[in-house]
Amino acid sequence: MTHLIIAPILVPAIIGALTLLRTARHTLLGRGLSLGSTIVQVAAALALFAEASTGTIRTYALGGWAAPFGVVIVLDRLSAMMLLLTGLLALGVLVHAVLTGLDRRGWHFHPLFQFQLLGLNGAFLTGDLFNLFVFFEVLLIASYGLMLHGQGGARLQAGMQYVIVNLVGSTLFLIAAGILYGVTGTLNMADLALRIGAAPPGDQPLIRVGAQLLIAVFALKAALLPLHLWLPRTYANTSAPVAALFAILTKVGVYSILRLTTLAFGENAGAVAWAPAGWMLPAALLSLLAGFLGVLAARRLRLLAAFGVIGSTGTLLSAIALFEPDATAAALYYLPHSTLSGALLFLVADTIGRARKREDDRLEPDRPFAGMGQLSLLFLLSAIALAGLPPFSGFIGKLLILTAAEGSAAAPWIWAAILIGTFLALFGLAWAGTMLFWKTTAEEELASSSWRKAATIPAWGVFFLLAALTVFAGPATRYAEATAQQLFAPEAYVAAVLGPEGSGR
Amino acid sequence: MDLLLISVLPFLGALAVSLAARWTRTAQAIIAGGFTLAAVLLLVSKAPAVLGGQVIGSRLEWIPALGLNVEYFLDPLGLMFAGLILGIGLLIIIYATFYLSAADCSARFLAFLMLFMGAMLGIVISDNILLLLVFWEMTSLSSFLLIGFWRHLPEGRQGARMALAVTGGGGLALIAGMLVLGNIAGSYQLTEILIAREAIQTSPLYPVALVLILIGCFTKSAQFPFHFWLPQAMAAPTPVSAYLHSATMVKAGVFLLARLWPVLAGTDLWFYLVATTGLVTMLLGAAIALFKDDLKALLAYSTISHLGLLTMLFGFGTPMAAVVGVFHILNHATFKAALFMNAGIVDHEVGTRDARRLGGLVHLMPIAATLGTIAGLSMAGLPPFNGFLSKEMMLEEATHTVWGGLEWLVPVIATVAALLSAAYSFRYVAHVYFGPRRDDYPKAPHDPGIGLWGPPAVLVVLVVLIGLFPAATAGPLVQEVSGVVIGAEPPYFALKMWHGFTPALIMSIVAVLGGALLLWRHGSAERIWRALPLPVAKNMFDRFTALLVTTSRTITDAIDTGSLQRSLFVFFLVAIGLGIEGMSAGEYAAGARDTIPASSIDVIAWLALVGGTVAVMVSQQHRFLTLVYISVVGLVVSLGFIHLSAPDLALTQISVEVVTILLLLLALNLLPKRAWPTSSRTRRIRDAVLAVIGGGGVGWLSWAVMTRQPNDPISAFHWAQAKPGGGGTNVVNVTLVDFRGFDTFGEIIVLGIAALGIFALLETAARGASGRRLLAWKPDLIRSPERHPMMLVVGSRLILPMAIVVGLYLFLRGHNLPGGGFIAGLVFSIAMLIQYMASGFEWAEKRRRIERHALITLGILTAAATGLGSLVFGEPFLTSAFGYFHLPLIGEFELATALLFDIGVALTVIGAVMLALSQLSNVAQRAEKIEHVEHPMDIDPSRTTETNL
Repeated sequence: MTHLIIAPILVPAIIGALTLLRTARHTLLGRGLSLGSTIVQVAAALALFAEASTGTIRTYALGGWAAPFGVVIVLDRLSAMMLLLTGLLALGVLVHAVLTGLDRRGWHFHPLFQFQLLGLNGAFLTGDLFNLFVFFEVLLIASYGLMLHGQGGARLQAGMQYVIVNLVGSTLFLIAAGILYGVTGTLNMADLALRIGAAPPGDQPLIRVGAQLLIAVFALKAALLPLHLWLPRTYANTSAPVAALFAILTKVGVYSILRLTTLAFGENAGAVAWAPAGWMLPAALLSLLAGFLGVLAARRLRLLAAFGVIGSTGTLLSAIALFEPDATAAALYYLPHSTLSGALLFLVADTIGRARKREDDRLEPDRPFAGMGQLSLLFLLSAIALAGLPPFSGFIGKLLILTAAEGSAAAPWIWAAILIGTFLALFGLAWAGTMLFWKTTAEEELASSSWRKAATIPAWGVFFLLAALTVFAGPATRYAEATAQQLFAPEAYVAAVLGPEGSGR
Repeated sequence: MDLLLISVLPFLGALAVSLAARWTRTAQAIIAGGFTLAAVLLLVSKAPAVLGGQVIGSRLEWIPALGLNVEYFLDPLGLMFAGLILGIGLLIIIYATFYLSAADCSARFLAFLMLFMGAMLGIVISDNILLLLVFWEMTSLSSFLLIGFWRHLPEGRQGARMALAVTGGGGLALIAGMLVLGNIAGSYQLTEILIAREAIQTSPLYPVALVLILIGCFTKSAQFPFHFWLPQAMAAPTPVSAYLHSATMVKAGVFLLARLWPVLAGTDLWFYLVATTGLVTMLLGAAIALFKDDLKALLAYSTISHLGLLTMLFGFGTPMAAVVGVFHILNHATFKAALFMNAGIVDHEVGTRDARRLGGLVHLMPIAATLGTIAGLSMAGLPPFNGFLSKEMMLEEATHTVWGGLEWLVPVIATVAALLSAAYSFRYVAHVYFGPRRDDYPKAPHDPGIGLWGPPAVLVVLVVLIGLFPAATAGPLVQEVSGVVIGAEPPYFALKMWHGFTPALIMSIVAVLGGALLLWRHGSAERIWRALPLPVAKNMFDRFTALLVTTSRTITDAIDTGSLQRSLFVFFLVAIGLGIEGMSAGEYAAGARDTIPASSIDVIAWLALVGGTVAVMVSQQHRFLTLVYISVVGLVVSLGFIHLSAPDLALTQISVEVVTILLLLLALNLLPKRAWPTSSRTRRIRDAVLAVIGGGGVGWLSWAVMTRQPNDPISAFHWAQAKPGGGGTNVVNVTLVDFRGFDTFGEIIVLGIAALGIFALLETAARGASGRRLLAWKPDLIRSPERHPMMLVVGSRLILPMAIVVGLYLFLRGHNLPGGGFIAGLVFSIAMLIQYMASGFEWAEKRRRIERHALITLGILTAAATGLGSLVFGEPFLTSAFGYFHLPLIGEFELATALLFDIGVALTVIGAVMLALSQLSNVAQRAEKIEHVEHPMDIDPSRTTETNL
């Protein structure tokens, strides 16, 4: 089973390549391959999750070249959790895309989808800075293709902004990685941690520049204010299932911030220590407020959901920005919630748009339609989840963050921002819900044939994941705590990657 | 465990009812009622033990990390409230079954109601304040659904949203307050907190916690200035009003005041905040109630007033006042729920609940009239009903209360409020049931069936029984509950009708007589009231929400303009700022590495590079020109690579340069030849300044990095191991296919996806508005009469085999000398690109055998298969192997698995370039409307140089 760790990378790469073939295009074969691949990824992620939850850190040296000279991939609790989250979310989104026929609206849905998963899984697994860049590229280009999938002029325009801004981000990533490599002479993240710690004081300002620029790129991915400008239109204008998958894209940024900062820019990093801590908290709080203010301001449900993603990522980062184990544990519990609840609302928005037809997802009254009850219930549940109200995991996550922030000097700000943000979200979502489901025009009910009931299965699936996260909050928080402890004691990670003698260098 | 069962029964009921959505209404009511009844019976079975002083608890671990566990406890206070919630809930279920019309979806209604019941029950039996918060917000949410149940009514929607905003928003403050409280007490367990009075009241955070908690309580219990949501919530069906807005939900705030009384009450801050709020609310609610014509509005304001009364009593902070508060909670729940149901009956049977259109119903609806009159008189505070008892005791407490040194203030206001209360109660009774019979009722009124009058009748019986035999019926319960609220043995009290000629009795008489007088003069009083310039809280709230929405839109629209320039500007600004921040930390030391002297050729090349870059910017509006300058830059960079001993990079750069320039030329053909300026002059200057700072910064960083030598870089290992470990002398190639083959594996996939991206982009561009523009496109450059110039075609044919040979050569030697799969792939691509350009897409396309997509697939799979091969030998993915072999004629040669991997790289590169090319050509063909041509070397005489621009 030593090779299982590369399954999340190899499976989508190979299946992605296979689904490119003409025989797999718009055929049952293509769908089968893609679905099968995603299920295998979930299964692999589950197995890896089980392994990581024992606390072991597994490494895998590609090409047999030991770290730091070759590329290694590393599985620890955090990676395993992200893999599992990605797999489960992807399965939901894929089933939704298949059920609604989105995958047949363009040419390459399945290859792009699988390559997107490849990028995600790779980014979560890699232990090498340049390799992370490679997977960021895979992610970005695949997401751009997926974003354009289907049609629409608005999609084209928003996509242009998305891809250009992110390519500039990639360039900055290269500059930052270049600085770090040029000064420390290594690309392996564990090795980087050691070398930054041992760097002569004269080098440290340069390393800090590298660190800050790198984190800025991650913040761009995470849509942290003021680097969030690309997100709302991109997410609102792409097809909703794709936007649902994108809910995890911002989390790649969050993951990378957490990974690199705790590992390489942490306690032992001298002048580089906690480099982003100074500016990240205010930025996160502003994102939180700007996001939920956008929820209130949005005139379309998908735009609302996009702002919700910004707001909940801001909430997440405001906990992470404290760079302290308790707050990180809280954030790690909130992270899957934030991802799933954002995705859920996009899936629901898609079905609502289909069912209403004329007004699509605009927050304007439309004709009543058959099956409104089920959809309004789904919307209610997803709205409660997104706003972070009881009884679902969002509320627990927020309580965790609030209590974890208690000791911080910034506690009043964090508390105020989170509670005000929740209020704004509550208000905005209540308004949206009443517009969509209560205030209907006095026309005849649309026939039930306008949307397929089966299309809500994936949304329900995602909701049940949230429900499970709520019911099993005890084990989940324990896992999050253990993960935070693992992150804040990076010695084990370094030792696992470089070996006991390597870490002593 | 029984408590757990009780707590989940309503939720199970909600689930069961929604599953029975297709059953009859009666069946649904039986299900809902059954679950409720089961809970009631369970609760009753616990009552003796609880009243006997035993506290029943149950605990289920949920989130120990947070201190949020499913902890319930049942003490007398919880018991009383649970009894009210379940008992009245049961009556409401019966009542609602008969009240709702056939068009209403009763399953939905009952499910919401059961949800609410469960949430409310959770609040009163929670032993964990975080759990309490969960239930607290759930009551807000479920009440939102219930208020908006008639979703076609605009006032229902608005009322629901307002109630949610106020009570849900207050709940958020409560969250903060409870967390602070738990923090002070060191536990979130209620029973732990309740014994931490000393620690809490001496804590510097006490005022913060208190204010936040009170905001939660006051919003929920509709206290001034948050009272306005309650009347708006009357848009709900009457059973909801009777249940939520009289007996239960609005009591949640009062419940929490009582619950936390032992630890929060007793301070001046508590007294002035709570008692004053209660006093003001009591007076204000009663005054407004008197002038409401809508019966439900009248009852709503009366509820506000009574909630104020309760708040005031708990705010007094004296044990005796707490006893009275407890007693009045009980009494108010009975008569007010009965009155709401009574108003519902009137509305249901008469078709209106406007007091001005009612009157004289006593003859037509004797049962309803009897019930309404008894409950109304109890509300007025008349003996022998229960309302009288607690009102008397309240007035008694008021006389003992000094507010800010003023002894008369509280008693006077309490009396006035009681007077107003009597007046509106009399009005309810007199203007609905008495007076002359009218002949303009909207419907023909008659008494309803027992389903509607039965439930309130049960409550009215309680009103009378408690009124007549208070000590026997309510005495023990009040005794025990007050003990819990006070947290000690309650003071001696006697629940009885006659206390002698006390000041309270006189105040009471004044109130009743004054109330009757006021009703008599209601008309003139109303004129005075209407003339008063009173602010309407609802309007203020509406303005607030409108302002909130406008502000949010203004801010959001101002930030999110969708401008790419802005996105980039901000990003560059942030990057520069962070770069400066990084440099300002610590002591920077310049690098010590020796620099290479610059020859004059270096300087010339450098100047060409700078000149090329400047030219790109200057010529930015002339797209072809820009492309030319970009290629100059690329060329100089390639030369630079050669000069700095990086032939691999130079080869890659130059071939990439050729491919991109060719593809860009194809793309530019279809675009307008000039780009128009998109920014104003000032903005361009701003951007230029930013660009100079950013570019200078990156330049300086490069300098700083290149002038230092890292200690023991990993590249030293790569130099040393390329031949012995990787089997090649070209370190760059060994790095690409071996040391870091995994990166290459990823990058070829990126290339493949990029081709798919171009495909998707052009696919989208070819449709819709841009597609129409494309179809309307007219060639805007002078065309050669020769579509495919003969010289070019012939030349390209000759070049093809040579280029292939060069590619193969570069490919094969790649492991040891400059070259490799990537470069070779590009060379092959260029060879083919030239064919397409020279002989036309169609001609070349006909001779293509392998599908482009398949090439990419094949490339990725080849690379993956090579990597997977090592797994067979138990080695990690992508482990290379190589060996030296000897063949006659050829001599010794090397075979490496890396070569196979490189084949994958080359295939993917070719596939990606070809896919991009084909899609560009497709679009071009569509735009140019090219007719079919058989021959590659045709001349079209009609295409002359005169083609207009």
